[in-house]
Parts: sequence; C-alpha cells; structure tokens
Amino acid sequence: MADEVILLDSWASMFGMRVRVALAEKGVNYEYKEQDLKNKSPLLLQMNPIHKKIPVLIHNGKPIFESLIIVQYIDEVWHDKAPLFPSDPYQRAQARFWADYVDKKFNVSTRKVWTTKGEEQEAGKKEFIEVLKVLEGELGDKPYFGGQSFGFVDVSLITFSSWFRVYETFGNLSIEKECPKLIAWVKRCKEKESLSKSLADENKVLELVRKNLGME
Amino acid sequence: MGEEVKVFRTWSSPFALRVVWALDLKGIKYETIYEDLSNKSPLLLQYNPIHKKVPVLLHNSKPIAESLVILEYIEDTWKHRPLLPQDPHQRANARFWIKFGEDKVFPAVRDSLLKQGKEQEEAHEAALESFKLLEEELKGKKLFGGEEIGMVDIALGWLANLVSVLEEVLVLKFIDEHKFPLLSAWMRLFADIPVIKQSWPPRDKLVTKYIAIREARLATN
Repeated sequence: MADEVILLDSWASMFGMRVRVALAEKGVNYEYKEQDLKNKSPLLLQMNPIHKKIPVLIHNGKPIFESLIIVQYIDEVWHDKAPLFPSDPYQRAQARFWADYVDKKFNVSTRKVWTTKGEEQEAGKKEFIEVLKVLEGELGDKPYFGGQSFGFVDVSLITFSSWFRVYETFGNLSIEKECPKLIAWVKRCKEKESLSKSLADENKVLELVRKNLGME
Repeated sequence: MGEEVKVFRTWSSPFALRVVWALDLKGIKYETIYEDLSNKSPLLLQYNPIHKKVPVLLHNSKPIAESLVILEYIEDTWKHRPLLPQDPHQRANARFWIKFGEDKVFPAVRDSLLKQGKEQEEAHEAALESFKLLEEELKGKKLFGGEEIGMVDIALGWLANLVSVLEEVLVLKFIDEHKFPLLSAWMRLFADIPVIKQSWPPRDKLVTKYIAIREARLATN
C-alpha cells in the first residue's frame, strides 16, 4: 500500500526542518506544502485546530503535531532504517532529556539574543553561550550527540544552525569562537545528504529576518 | 536480578507524584528519598546537575531526571501494564496531550497562583480555555487513556489533586461541575483509584503550603 505523507511547513522554521531531516534520514517520500503563516490555509486550520501551527505531518490522512513528537512518530513508523533512538532504555532517556533541554533551555535562550537590545540582550547573550557550552560539554568527543550515529538530539539541535547567522549578526558574537566543537559537529552533520537537502540556507534566513524587521 | 530503584522527591511535588504513580501502577518496588529543596542533598546535585530538581529516578545507580522523561523510561524498561498505546498515531496523540498539559494547562494554573490583578485574570482565562480542550478530548472516554489509566492521566493527574486546593486558596473556580462535567468526573474517578488515592499528599498541608506561597507573592509586590 502506498503511504501518503504530506508535510505542512514553513521553509525557515527550525521546527519544521526537524521533520524534514527525519523524513530524509528514513528515505520517506512526501509532499511538502509551504504554509503562509500570516494567512493560514484552511488545510492547516483544519488539521491543527488547537495550535494552528506548523509543522504538521499528515500520514494517510491522520495529522501529527509538535516537531519532536512527529520525529518520534517517524522513527516508530519507519523503524527499519536509520534509527534515531538507541535501543537501550537508559540511553533513550538521555536522548529525551537532552532534546527536552534543547527545547526548554536552548530555544528560549536564542530569543533574547536577536530580539532584544541593551542590558537585556547582554544577559540573553550570556545565557545563550552558557547553554551552548553545556550542550558542547554533552557532545564531548563523540561525533554526534547520538554517539557514533546521528540521533534524536542531533535532529533536535542541528536545525537551529540555519539560524546561527541571525544570532551572530544581531548578537554580535561568534559561535565558533565560543564553541568550536559544536561548529565542527554542525559541519560534520551537514556532510550528510539528508541534512544538506533539509536545512534552510543560513544567509536566506538572515535575509528573511532582516526583511521582517524592515531592515532591507 | 536485584534491581535498585530509588525515587528522589519532596512530599508535595506534583511532578514527583507522576513517577510514584507509574511505578506503583507497574508494581515496581522502590526506595523513597525525601529532599528538602532549601537544602538540596549532594546526591541530588550529583544526579541532576543540570536542573537540580526533583524528581530523579535512580535505577541500578543510573539517574534519570525530568518527570516526563522518567515516565517514558519507566514505560521502556518495565513493559508490562503499558501506559502508552501500541499504535504509533495513538502514541503521538497521547504525547501531544501530555505536552499540552505541560505547555498550556500547567503554566496557566501556576500563574493563577503566582500573579495578581489583570495578569491573574488572564492566566485564569487561559486555564479555563485549556480545560475546554481537555473536556473535548474526554468525549467518549472515562479516562484519557480510555478504560485504564495511561500516561496522559498520569501527566495530568496533578489537576485531580491540586485544583480543589487552589480553588480554596485563591477563592477562584477552575473546574466547575456544570461547565466541565467530563473533566470533573475524570478528576473524581482518577482520585479514587487505590494506587492514586494512597499517595495523595495530606490536603491540609497542601492548603497551608499554597496559602504561604500566595502570601509571599503578594508581599513582594
């Protein structure tokens, strides 16, 4: 039976990108539908009436929401190829813990870096670097957060790399200078075809942000 | 095989209760270590260096932190008496409601306790909006997990314990029987399940605690 897989997404969204990465890792064919978030389509509103947000994965007519929940779903359904979770329960828990950390701490810390100014921004930048260093510490000398292979935590974090130029430009900082191992990890990930075709171009994202802020 | 299972908790933490319920439902034996959060033990800080919070589950000397991560770990490790459905789409749905509870329901209720004036009103409104969605989700079901308690019931179970306490402390209605008949029925059913009932923290102590929290907030403003 042919699977029908549709992704409602927005090209610059680091959350939508997580789903694209997971689908690419598994070699799943899908239809991508770009959403205009300022003018939400009837399909989006029908499929995700509660949050009205992307990404939404529609698999054989059934919707799944919340990027990390979708990634887990993809891993469970297409379990034969490129597993994103290890099989050991303790290691699975560690993966969940760190993906949760990316969502709770890292994602929140990025906001202040590029949306605030003055003292608030300085405090935001400090926190952002601290959190990055914690993540770099967790990576350690492993090639990926998942160990020898690309995994759930890698998926959760790598998509933010498309926004690094935004954080660096507005925050006036260099991530490579602060966390060289993390940048090395980004480069390593981007060597994977699944990533190079799923991640939004950093420069285009910066252009979009500048445009939205009326800075053209 | 001798399994060493320990739970680091406080007497009142609603998050720690989730872990207690999951272990009790699966019939897992464990040792409880009560923490004083104003004086955290070296062990807690060693086992949860990132967040320094309870609950922490220690299984054969390996620590797991964050209550929802712990619930998934318990489910992965002790596969009998499953708390999540087998079907991937239903599992995704369960995880969605668990996340909804964390992202929308809990912060709104918490802010109703911690904020004042207009901010409190807005938080209270947001809480009521979130309850409407939970009420919808319960249609045709006794429990969020269907016929038996599942992970969604466990994740949202704090409502069954704390809503009436906060209603008393704040003199504010959250879950009106007439507006939310299904949610009210769920709270009563959940609270009456023996495994759940036996671990409720003492109500009078909870009321005292939350009154103190509320008063401290009002005093700082």
